[in-house]
Amino acid sequence: METKSVMIVGVGGQGTLLASRILGNVFLAQGYDVKVSEVHGMSQRGGSVVTYVKYGEKVYSPVVELGEADVIISFEQLESARWLPYLKKGGKLVTSDQTLDPMPVITGAAVYPDDIIGKIKAKGVEVTAVDALGLAEQAGTSKAANVVLMGVVSKKLPFEESVWQQALEQCVPAKFLELNKKAFALGREAV
Amino acid sequence: MKKLMLGNEAFARGLYEAGCEFVSSYPGTPSTEVTEFAAKYDEMYAEWAPNEKVAMEAALGASIAGKRSFCGMKHVGLNVAADPLYTAGYTGVNGGMVICVADDPGLHSSQNEQDSRHHAIASKVLMVEPSDSQECKDFTKLAFELSEKFDSPVIVRMSTRIAHSQSTVELLDRVVPETKPYVKNPAKFVMVPANAKRRHPEVEQKLRDAAKYAETSLLNKVEYNDTSIGIITAGDCYLYAKEAMGDKASYLKLGMINPLPVEIIRDFASKCDKVYVIEELDDVIEAHCKKNGIDVVGKEVFGWEYEISQSIVREKLLGEKPDTMAFDEPVPVRPPVMCAGCPHRGLFYCLSQLGVYVSGDIGCYTLGSAAPLNAMDTTICMGASISALHGYNKALGAEAEKKSVAVIGDSTFMHSGMTGLVNVAYNATNSTVIILDNSITGMTGHQQNPTTGKNLKGDPAAAVDLEALCHAIGIKSVRVVDPYHMAETKKVIEEELAKEEPSVIISRRPCALLKYVKHNPPLHVDNDKCVGCKQCLKIGCPAISMKDRPEGDAKKTKVSVINHTQCVGCGICTEMCKPGAIVE
Ligand SMILES: Cc1ncc(C[n+]2csc(CCOP(=O)(O)OP(=O)(O)O)c2C)c(N)n1
Ligand code: SF4
Ligand code: SF4
Repeated sequence: METKSVMIVGVGGQGTLLASRILGNVFLAQGYDVKVSEVHGMSQRGGSVVTYVKYGEKVYSPVVELGEADVIISFEQLESARWLPYLKKGGKLVTSDQTLDPMPVITGAAVYPDDIIGKIKAKGVEVTAVDALGLAEQAGTSKAANVVLMGVVSKKLPFEESVWQQALEQCVPAKFLELNKKAFALGREAV
Repeated sequence: MKKLMLGNEAFARGLYEAGCEFVSSYPGTPSTEVTEFAAKYDEMYAEWAPNEKVAMEAALGASIAGKRSFCGMKHVGLNVAADPLYTAGYTGVNGGMVICVADDPGLHSSQNEQDSRHHAIASKVLMVEPSDSQECKDFTKLAFELSEKFDSPVIVRMSTRIAHSQSTVELLDRVVPETKPYVKNPAKFVMVPANAKRRHPEVEQKLRDAAKYAETSLLNKVEYNDTSIGIITAGDCYLYAKEAMGDKASYLKLGMINPLPVEIIRDFASKCDKVYVIEELDDVIEAHCKKNGIDVVGKEVFGWEYEISQSIVREKLLGEKPDTMAFDEPVPVRPPVMCAGCPHRGLFYCLSQLGVYVSGDIGCYTLGSAAPLNAMDTTICMGASISALHGYNKALGAEAEKKSVAVIGDSTFMHSGMTGLVNVAYNATNSTVIILDNSITGMTGHQQNPTTGKNLKGDPAAAVDLEALCHAIGIKSVRVVDPYHMAETKKVIEEELAKEEPSVIISRRPCALLKYVKHNPPLHVDNDKCVGCKQCLKIGCPAISMKDRPEGDAKKTKVSVINHTQCVGCGICTEMCKPGAIVE
């Protein structure tokens, strides 16, 4: 099997690392070779962050390059636009409809493009946009937006739900598990 | 059992399985998690040292005592620890000693892009380089054996992509070798000139022996496919090459970096039509090949800067370009910023208002250099803020002293700022030094340090009394401010700048991300009172932005909006808002 590539993009502090770990464990449970590449350090302070999850028979490079991602999971609209060049032709974009102004927009040095999701759809990309933040708050905390998105993605990938539940149990601390399972279920229902 | 593990976690597992008993490190991205994971094993003693030099000396001490020992750091940390390293190359070890050095090609989180392979060569110690998590564990264990066999510290070179990628690892049990008895041996451990002189030929012999080992070591792997292209590579570059070229090339993957083998390279090259060296940063392998008369192509094709990737290899060797689409409008950049509620923000707003020269340092507070605060003039290396301010003030005299400050974090002050302050006091400049005491090492992901009262394992520990320390150094004027109160903070800075003596201001308020910090409820904007003046944006809080007014609002201006999921209610924006529109 050819190696498949998933990119998780967002803003430092949004919980992209947990999402990549859940995905990694799902692919591992399917018997694939897996590589998950994370970012730590400076960009975690509110910068643009990206993690890569790759699976297949044997994965070599941990990074995903321009035009290579089968799926991009985005936590924020502007980040969807930023990382779009990494999506493979025919690839899927799952995005939260959240917007967070970066500092150049806050200071007035740049403008936040409008209708990003519409413009990406107009390019013929298969886009699934959800109110991940709202659903997470419904589950009990805005912090669970990452797991809501995992719920959405679980509907887009060909694996049993039980595998995702197992991965959640492996990656989420016990005391937050119920809350995150709820967030995951809300994500699944949203599509 | 197979487990997905970060390279750094696998490294720590390697320490555990190898029976390592002593770990001393200083944090630095991308090396930090090796030590954090090591600390989770109760069987291994682990600590954060105040800096890398102390960590390396402590690890060497534990090795001399006969235990397997470890110290970890990022690439620039090895500069700080270079002094003990270069002499440890002479003394050798008793128990095995392994050093993790993590390079950061592409500068994801660093102030330069140095290649630490040069340090291994110059200090005459062995170096190995893994290329996935399994190898991180295996090479670490082997490194202990090599350390004991060749009587040398062994550096395991990591890079960002190897350190911070997860791949599967097979776990084994821990085996602790017997403690090697310490036998007094001044000829080996007392490096006075006469002894060091006798050691040097032994060091050269060690390198010749290790080079012989490198020729047959399983660390180096040859893989023949299509031999029209041969690729000599190591670490993450092997992964990029392999992904890009698959069976269309043959590979010599080098795991032993110092000393490098000669004969297996020569043999490999002789069997391939055209041989490329693919390595990030400097031309260490390429230069080695050329020195030995082996015809290879490297930097002229792949360049000296930043990371390599599979698409770079595809483009350079196959002429293939990626097929890609783009968003049609400019996408604003998203640089890192201080968190909402960061204690550093108020202090830097004061400095931006005062318009002083700010001799900066490295940590979260370096983000004070970015817009809209723009309050930093220099950032060099850890500790340089105070020493460089002293030089700046000596060079320019009294006028400069009244218009300049140094800023330095608590961890950085402990690391190498203290000695700079000693110089300020001893050689007398009326410098104003601001210690940003947020009770943690923030930038690298919240590690304890000697000022926080806790150790690496989270247990209570002695805490350095910063005020008493500054007094003891000879600074008479030591003041403490709370940066959440900007007017008061600014006043104190002005007073200290005016004084005809050196002074220290401790800006004290814990990092907003610490678990024990209790936050106030988020603030919000009273739309009726907000006049859209944008004053509140000047502090650069990511939670505040200007938006269009909701429908039905008669006012023409935009309105300030506070994002309730980000705001932690620190309240400094209320000091900016004259009409009092920001409310609970
Ligand atoms: C010699 C060296 N070691 C380690 C690092 C990595 N590093 C960057 S900033 C920093 C510490 C920052 O802590 P502190 O001074 O307390 O400031 P804060 O980030 O908490 O604001 C470290 C360890 C480095 N840049 N150089
Ligand atoms: S982690 Fe702490 S010190 Fe660093 S920017 Fe955030 S609040 Fe400030
Ligand atoms: S109170 Fe104001 S400055 Fe503080 S976090 Fe909230 S919006 Fe930002």
